[in-house]
Amino acid sequence: MSSISESTEAVALPPEDTANPVTGIDQAVGDFTYDVKYNFDAGTGLNAGTIDYISAAKKEAEWIREFRHKALKTFESMPLPTHWATKDLENIDFQKIRYYLASGQKPKRTWEEVPDDIKKTFERLGIPEQERKFLAGVEAQFDSEAAYSNIKEAVQKQGVIFMNSTEALREHPEIFRKWFGKVIPTSDNKFSALNSAVFSGGSFIYVPPGIKVTHPLQAYFRINAENFGQFERTLIIVDEGSEVVYMEGCTAPKFTTSTLHSAVVELVALKNAKIQYITVQNWAPNVFNLVTKRGLAMEGAEIKWIDCNIGSRLTMKYPGVVLKGEGARGEVISIALANDGQHQDTGAKMVHAANNTTSTVISKSISVGEGRATYRGVVHIPKHLKGCKNNTECDALLINTTSRTDTYPAITVKGGDNFTQHEASVSKVSEEQIFYMQQRGLTEAEAMSLAVNGFVNDLVRQFPMEYSVELKRLIDLEMEGSVG
Amino acid sequence: MNALEIKDLHINIGDKPIVKGLTLTVRKGEVHAIMGPNGTGKSTLAKAIAGHPDYEITAGSVLLDGRNILEMDPDERARAGLFLAFQYPCEIPGVSIANFLRAAVQARLPEGEEIDATAYYKRLYSKMDALKIDRKFTSRSVNEGFSGGEKKRCEILQMAMLEPAYSVMDETDSGLDIDALKIVAEGVNALRGPKLGVLLITHYQRLLDYIVPDFVHVMWDGRIVKSGDKSLALELEAKGYDWVKELVEPATAAK
Repeated sequence: MSSISESTEAVALPPEDTANPVTGIDQAVGDFTYDVKYNFDAGTGLNAGTIDYISAAKKEAEWIREFRHKALKTFESMPLPTHWATKDLENIDFQKIRYYLASGQKPKRTWEEVPDDIKKTFERLGIPEQERKFLAGVEAQFDSEAAYSNIKEAVQKQGVIFMNSTEALREHPEIFRKWFGKVIPTSDNKFSALNSAVFSGGSFIYVPPGIKVTHPLQAYFRINAENFGQFERTLIIVDEGSEVVYMEGCTAPKFTTSTLHSAVVELVALKNAKIQYITVQNWAPNVFNLVTKRGLAMEGAEIKWIDCNIGSRLTMKYPGVVLKGEGARGEVISIALANDGQHQDTGAKMVHAANNTTSTVISKSISVGEGRATYRGVVHIPKHLKGCKNNTECDALLINTTSRTDTYPAITVKGGDNFTQHEASVSKVSEEQIFYMQQRGLTEAEAMSLAVNGFVNDLVRQFPMEYSVELKRLIDLEMEGSVG
Repeated sequence: MNALEIKDLHINIGDKPIVKGLTLTVRKGEVHAIMGPNGTGKSTLAKAIAGHPDYEITAGSVLLDGRNILEMDPDERARAGLFLAFQYPCEIPGVSIANFLRAAVQARLPEGEEIDATAYYKRLYSKMDALKIDRKFTSRSVNEGFSGGEKKRCEILQMAMLEPAYSVMDETDSGLDIDALKIVAEGVNALRGPKLGVLLITHYQRLLDYIVPDFVHVMWDGRIVKSGDKSLALELEAKGYDWVKELVEPATAAK
């Protein structure tokens, strides 16, 4: 055990952590925890020993261990990005976090084999049921490692690889290593460096050329332990002409102390490939959710991020696409709902690096109570390129007079043959709208929910049916506390 | 009593009295028209009965089938059977008419009971057919980008679906050309019957050519100053509102 037991002072959390009156589905359904016995525990705090512990527990190759150590140095050398981001980041005490908790490193292939408490957790979250209903494969991560991993036989027979990254590093190092850290280098930002040092779990997908995976693959990330940091690493490579839809959901119980979720997700769409990556996350209001997501789109390829952020204390996430090959397309569709005590700092990054590439960003945010939604967008089209197009739309809806929204678009488009369009709007649900709906028999909260659902409706329609129904329900729950 | 009873109602906007002691009883099965010049308090009356937060009721009562509704929230009043057809219906972007009405119908079901979607759509389509509304209409966002006529037809469709006991129709004819007016009037006439009381608020007599009222009331300066049958509307049309003013002035002087 590399546990460092020096006790640092308790983190003084701002009152909003406990004062949050709104509890969403994550609290109602996801707010429970089992006292699971962990066979592997790297202890509290972060140093070189923590990394050796993780690497040893996972029986990793030497190059990975070295990669981690290097990343730790990078992490330690980089300042928090508080010159542009919120100072709330300073409230994260990296020495109070537990970096690796696992019952074992090999996920089960059937739910029957999954340990009882963990199985009960996922059953309460409805995962096995969803799997039976409409998924081609499921990966269910519990704290640091996947507890369950299965892919439908028919999909496996097509040569599709879907497993957690711990296994993939052992079983498919040649594909993994080729792309690992290539889309998002360790030093991309402080949190990608942290993830590179302590990553565990996450999905690995490889789709061989010419295969269209007809049903979505899904991963579910569950935080169970207090003071815990989840650092999954996902790498998806879709070979020429292939297609995949990947969905991820995340929840955590509501603890009084803060929890850190810091993932790195890298996508590679080779020539004419298509990747759709859908996230619906509904974190408890104590979670710092600091995630780096980026895709590399080669010639004629298409990467679409559909991202829905509900809950958390602070989310910083800007899914991006590097449009590397001619005719590549990138799209980010994002919905963020910031409730009391929450800050959704989200956006998109589109880097055009080839001719005739197209990017679209549609972002809708809702700020409720004292919630704050921030949009940050980067669009980069250099001068030497031709025929590039970007369309950015960002709309904000403010529910209460105390709600807040800010927009920071950074668009650099050079060269006369490229085209960009940016539209932004801020609106409010008017008293007249609420009265109109109330006159039809809806309560004030129902009316507010309906207005909010209407605001995001065109985006929600792009989610798979099961998710859009869930999303509507989540919004209803979030809006319940917003009036009166 | 099976009626909407408005008794000595006083309504303020801010500190300003707008409606100053209005009494009126609308029984089920009856159609009452309130006529009057602009600024006399007709729309204030309509919105205040429905519970709009900008209007303060300083005295009087409103009973719906014997229940005082003034203590109720607007949505409770609606579920109790009161419908307001708005003069300027609101746009609700992104919410389709079908979903909006479905939520409104759902809101009327007992707690825990789920709407039967198939039966709901069947009923919706039959009402639309009866009102000669194209079925494509249901997928459009409520009132968004609607013409004046479409907005008013959307109100009538909602009224048909929600089957209120009493409907207050605020300037339903405003902004309509004669063809649209006929269509809307046809819709209202189709809904007339022993289970519905209607309070029709209008500035012009022409609506009453198409929706023939049982009673006509003339409103002036926050009060009803004259009541009669449908012939009163024609008299008013012929003599103009100055005639009403003359009717009222001696009354005011006598106070």
